[in-house]
Amino acid sequence: MSPTSIEDKLAVNKYDIDREVHIKFNESICQTCEKHPCVYVCPAVCFKLAEGHIVFSYEGCLECGSCRVACTNKAIDWTIPRPGFGICYEFG
Amino acid sequence: MEQKFDAIIVGAGPAGCACAYKLAKAGLSVLVVERGKFPGAKNMWGGAFFGPTLGEIFPNFWSEAPVERYIARRKISLLSKEDCLTIDFSSHKYSQAPYEGFVLLRARFDQWFANKAMEAGALVASGLQADDVIKQDGRITGIKAGNDQMPADVVIACDGVNSLLAQKAGLRGELKPTEVKQGVKEVIQFPRKDLEQRFGLTGDAGMSWEFLGACTGGLPGGGFIYTNKDSISIGLVVQLNALAEKQIRANDLLEDFKKHPAISNLLEGGKLVEYSGHLIPVSGVNMMPGLYTDGFLVAGDAAAFVVGTGLILEGANFAMASGIAAAEAVIKAKEKNDFSANSLAYYQQILESNFVLKDLKTFKKAPHFLETQRIYTTYPEFVCDLFEKMFTTDGKPRKKLWPLLNESMKGRVSLMQLASDLWKAKEAI
Repeated sequence: MSPTSIEDKLAVNKYDIDREVHIKFNESICQTCEKHPCVYVCPAVCFKLAEGHIVFSYEGCLECGSCRVACTNKAIDWTIPRPGFGICYEFG
Repeated sequence: MEQKFDAIIVGAGPAGCACAYKLAKAGLSVLVVERGKFPGAKNMWGGAFFGPTLGEIFPNFWSEAPVERYIARRKISLLSKEDCLTIDFSSHKYSQAPYEGFVLLRARFDQWFANKAMEAGALVASGLQADDVIKQDGRITGIKAGNDQMPADVVIACDGVNSLLAQKAGLRGELKPTEVKQGVKEVIQFPRKDLEQRFGLTGDAGMSWEFLGACTGGLPGGGFIYTNKDSISIGLVVQLNALAEKQIRANDLLEDFKKHPAISNLLEGGKLVEYSGHLIPVSGVNMMPGLYTDGFLVAGDAAAFVVGTGLILEGANFAMASGIAAAEAVIKAKEKNDFSANSLAYYQQILESNFVLKDLKTFKKAPHFLETQRIYTTYPEFVCDLFEKMFTTDGKPRKKLWPLLNESMKGRVSLMQLASDLWKAKEAI
């Protein structure tokens, strides 16, 4: 049973990727954050930790809102992609 | 001047479509604003849908709606790391109209439902995002979408768990990580014949299968497999704060779940066709926002109308029933031409008189009870261990059930603890 990596999983999804980033975060708050919940709660693994910094890629976002809810430090400015963009489920 | 609608509904999911259909049928002018390219494009769920609500609006809906399969069998499994104890229930009633439940896929089902609303006369505008409400003299008089202002007598927020609109209307604050579970799901395709053979199905019969225990790595939540026509939906639902605190990803848990000895063979040769994720509001009445204000109502997931008891987790039925109740309240308000909070309060009265708020109140203590770690670790392990002991023939003299029970409990849970948990379960679920 394949694939198993998150990249391969997201690759089967249909997206209309916007050039505008729909989720922004305040890096200076992230610097004070110890547990980095965004890294673990994002089902698409859009947030990664690299050398102490949060690296974010919005393209695979499933628009679930998990990062927004889990970031109790309020570092994340969560919106949804502009109309017509983002994830487009065929099954759901 | 822009056209003014009697009602603007935000979100073409089960709540929004049910509401729009009812309002349009009653002759009101209705606009449904849907942010996806088409209704369902942004929506996902596990896939099992139960209850009579949809059949009450559309008798025999299964003959025309894109249902995957009717649910003929319901299985429940307790998983330890390597073992699995399953209850497999089928009832002849399940296989006859009006059926008990169906497996549905949202991207297909929501389009059908929105079409029904359109046939009834509602206008459905896809690819349109409601950014804010229009407020005039303290009451809500429409929505803002991009640069457009769209006036209406009443706005009904059916925009799901993240409901930005209910927040803008001032009825709801931020969601807390303890109030939501995260659902992740894969749709895996098989040749139809293989799928039916593997899951013991024939014709249009389908199966819902829920799991408790090792599938969530001991975190509050559960797993599921639902059979579609020629694919399965397999996924997990996990408490969001637990993922954050334990620093575990739901996707990693899903990978482990797929490798469980009770599951892995069933997935052999399947082809992944979609991966999805979503939040589910699970704190019920404890997190319920205000349901109405002047010119504004909230329905479905936006109002946290979901009931979970550990083995069931239902929202769509509640969403539809609340959408219908909202429509009834708006129809009455229209007759009086009074869309004030006072007039719209009738919405809550309807919900209190039908199953929506009754069920939510009945299971008020369930969300707290379901945070008990032992439900997901100790008990599935203990039960699997007991059955292993019962079924093992190892050439040694056999013991009676009671000593075996004591052995399985030993080091896991005391009789006192078990009694206390059972008491809490009795109170909660």
